[in-house]
Amino acid sequence: MRFFEVKNLVKYFGGLAAVNDVSFEVKEGEIFGLIGPNGSGKTTIFNLISNFHSPTSGSVLFKGRDITGLKTHRICKARIARTFQVVKPLGRMTVLDNVVAAAFSRAKTKHEARDLAMETLEFCGLAHRKDMLAKSLPIGERKRLEITRAMATLPELLLLDETAAGLNPSELVEAIDLIRKIREKGVTIIIVEHIMKVIMTISDRIHAINFGRTIAEGTPGEVANHPAVIEAYLGEAYARG
Amino acid sequence: MEVFLQTLVAGILKGGLYGLIGIGMTLIMGVMGIINLAHGQLMMVGMYITFVCFHYLGIDPYFALLVSMPALFLLGVAIQKYTLNPLIEVESILPENQVLMTVGIGMVLTEVARFIFSSDYKSVQTSYSSSSFFIGEISFSLALTIAFFIAVAFTLFMFWFLLRTDLGRSIRATAQDKDAALLMGVNAQRITILTFGIGSALVAAAGTLLMPIYYLFPDIGGPFTRKAFVITILGGLGSTVGAIFGGLTLGLAEAFGATYIGMAFDDMIGLVIFILVLIFLPSGFKRITKV
Amino acid sequence: MKRFAPFLLLVILILFPLLVRDDYHQHLMILVLMWVVIGAGWNVIAGYTGQVSFGDAAFFGTGAYTAGLFATKLSISPWWAMAAGGVAAMAVAFPFGWICFRLRGAYFALATLALNEVMRHIATIWEDLTGGMVGILIIQTFVSKVPYYYIALALAVAAVIGVQAVMGSKWGYYFVSIREDQDAAESLGIDTHLYKMISLNIAAFLTGMAGSLYMNYMGFIDPEVVFSLHDISIMAILVGIVGGVGTVYGPVVGAFIMVAVHEFFRTGFFGFFKGLAALTGSQAITTLAKYVMQAHVLGFGILVVVVILVLPNGIVGDWKKITGWLPLGGGRRSAA
Repeated sequence: MRFFEVKNLVKYFGGLAAVNDVSFEVKEGEIFGLIGPNGSGKTTIFNLISNFHSPTSGSVLFKGRDITGLKTHRICKARIARTFQVVKPLGRMTVLDNVVAAAFSRAKTKHEARDLAMETLEFCGLAHRKDMLAKSLPIGERKRLEITRAMATLPELLLLDETAAGLNPSELVEAIDLIRKIREKGVTIIIVEHIMKVIMTISDRIHAINFGRTIAEGTPGEVANHPAVIEAYLGEAYARG
Repeated sequence: MEVFLQTLVAGILKGGLYGLIGIGMTLIMGVMGIINLAHGQLMMVGMYITFVCFHYLGIDPYFALLVSMPALFLLGVAIQKYTLNPLIEVESILPENQVLMTVGIGMVLTEVARFIFSSDYKSVQTSYSSSSFFIGEISFSLALTIAFFIAVAFTLFMFWFLLRTDLGRSIRATAQDKDAALLMGVNAQRITILTFGIGSALVAAAGTLLMPIYYLFPDIGGPFTRKAFVITILGGLGSTVGAIFGGLTLGLAEAFGATYIGMAFDDMIGLVIFILVLIFLPSGFKRITKV
Repeated sequence: MKRFAPFLLLVILILFPLLVRDDYHQHLMILVLMWVVIGAGWNVIAGYTGQVSFGDAAFFGTGAYTAGLFATKLSISPWWAMAAGGVAAMAVAFPFGWICFRLRGAYFALATLALNEVMRHIATIWEDLTGGMVGILIIQTFVSKVPYYYIALALAVAAVIGVQAVMGSKWGYYFVSIREDQDAAESLGIDTHLYKMISLNIAAFLTGMAGSLYMNYMGFIDPEVVFSLHDISIMAILVGIVGGVGTVYGPVVGAFIMVAVHEFFRTGFFGFFKGLAALTGSQAITTLAKYVMQAHVLGFGILVVVVILVLPNGIVGDWKKITGWLPLGGGRRSAA
């Protein structure tokens, strides 16, 4: 049985195809990178998986079960968690309460939820901020809160959307460490990332898309040297300087 | 058949005026993303100005447009500038503060009117108030017909204004995408202020045009606010063409409802339409929900 | 000290009818307690869950009419209708929320406004059932105000404690999460539609109970009174906002202030103008007094405008801001 699979995913907005016939498979325990230039449809794929948008056609399979069109909160219950590129902190709640709210999806009692939340905060290195309001966190820690919250729902598959964007170099190192730590816990990860250095170092395999279509898939080395990728992605990035 | 045609005519004439009410509301909706729940109350103020012009100054209602529209433009500008725009900077838990503010303003306007004019019914009895003419067997109220054509003229003028003038284009740009408009150098604050002024002036025109054939009391604003939001919702929120369509639909629905169901249900009809749209056409609400 | 404040308040409230024996002040306190219940309900759906209701009167009126109809049509004691009023209000809230919560934001606020109007029209038009504009008159159970006072107090205390309990539980976390960011909430496994429904139904239940209490206590209702946009729905918003949006004791503070304000206008600044008129014998002031006494809606309107501009999170919510204005005390830094 395949762990996670996206089959022939298509999404039209108006008359435009944001995602056009994308298929890939993710193996249990790996870090799977999803790359592509701005507007190539990476975040849309995440939105289709977590059903913020329903796909025009195609299907999403998780552990042999068709989860296409399942409501967003059910996707989370099915143990697929996600973070947002534009962070969505629950601003006027404390960091701890943010995580407790997430932990309730697994915990039966408030006590359990708090324990799970504290444990997750420790794991993600955000425990020292637990009493701060989420909206007053600096950007780097807001990104970390996104991950912490997602982890508190005890996912088997974690979708990380541009977690490294906007971080300073030392935060970047910490973020990469955290992602590796999460994988060591046995959580499979799909990561969308713009910073090539990050995605090339941590991914086991990479899937590249452009204009909503697959252009390459393979190991970081293979993908980085693929002519279509260089043209579409790196070419654009280098050209912009 | 005759009753049917008569009802149809009445509905269309009324619908023209409703369209004018709806355009003002739609502009405000489009630019600020809020429903103005003081819209009918602004119309009520316009009506009282017309009443004062007629009774104390002897100005015919159609000339009173020259007083009521500028006056309401200024009132609208003041409301936006001093009560709604400052809210953007106020840190608040509730997202609906601007809407709530318009409710408060509506209450203040109504009660001030009651202070000055008491709760009594007022009307403007002109020489043409009750005259009508016939085409075939169908009677046309003279005042309502004139009102309809003036409303159509204003509507056409608004289209010219929105499509052909720089200010009009800025308003449309702000309504479509506030951030992009800002990037293009549109002064959004100024646009919201002007838009509220224009919207108020348009609804004042509708009120003034209604005066010769309608009665007036302070609480008349509430029902018209509700009509205005039904019109705007029917028209798909934020669309000027839609507002005309919505106005005509409501005018016709009310006319046919009054003829075939009963006068008592007049006010109910807008609400029923609102609920039907709610259940069956929710996608028409996309703009307001900002999804 | 802060921890004992609620208990101190409760003791004072329990002793109140023994200390203050005149009907007028007891009447006001009963209204305050009733508004605590309504405010607590509004606070759950609007303050905590972020779905602003402009139509609380729909639930209040439903509760009031349920109590009235129990007495007149079924000859069942309207006291039984207390819970039934809450349930009836939920019966209104349920289909309404089911439809309206599919969409977000200002849209819900408008729909509640429409619901308010629809319910008033139904109560007016369905004369066979409701008596139409004539309303419903029942004979009150007690002559003294004291029993009503204690019933209202019990209800208010239950409402406040109940809301506090809910807000400390999973539901509370979920409500606030929905208010803060619906997409984030949904992605954290929160069924936002379901929990908005729960929140609305809690609000409707409390407001409906308050409506039943009103029917029992006042003995008379008509559509214009119990489905009033200004006197019920807007008042509920003011009670919710003035006290403190999204705070447990906000509605308590708000109810005190708003009933006082209401009464302040209704009595012409507590008889100030009447006194002044009698003192000076001036006809103009007598006329002015008459106007002022009719002006409570104007007062409300102005209050809405001022409160939203200046204290959008209420007295409890914006307490730091208020202390910042005062020339003395530790608030000076926050004023800077």
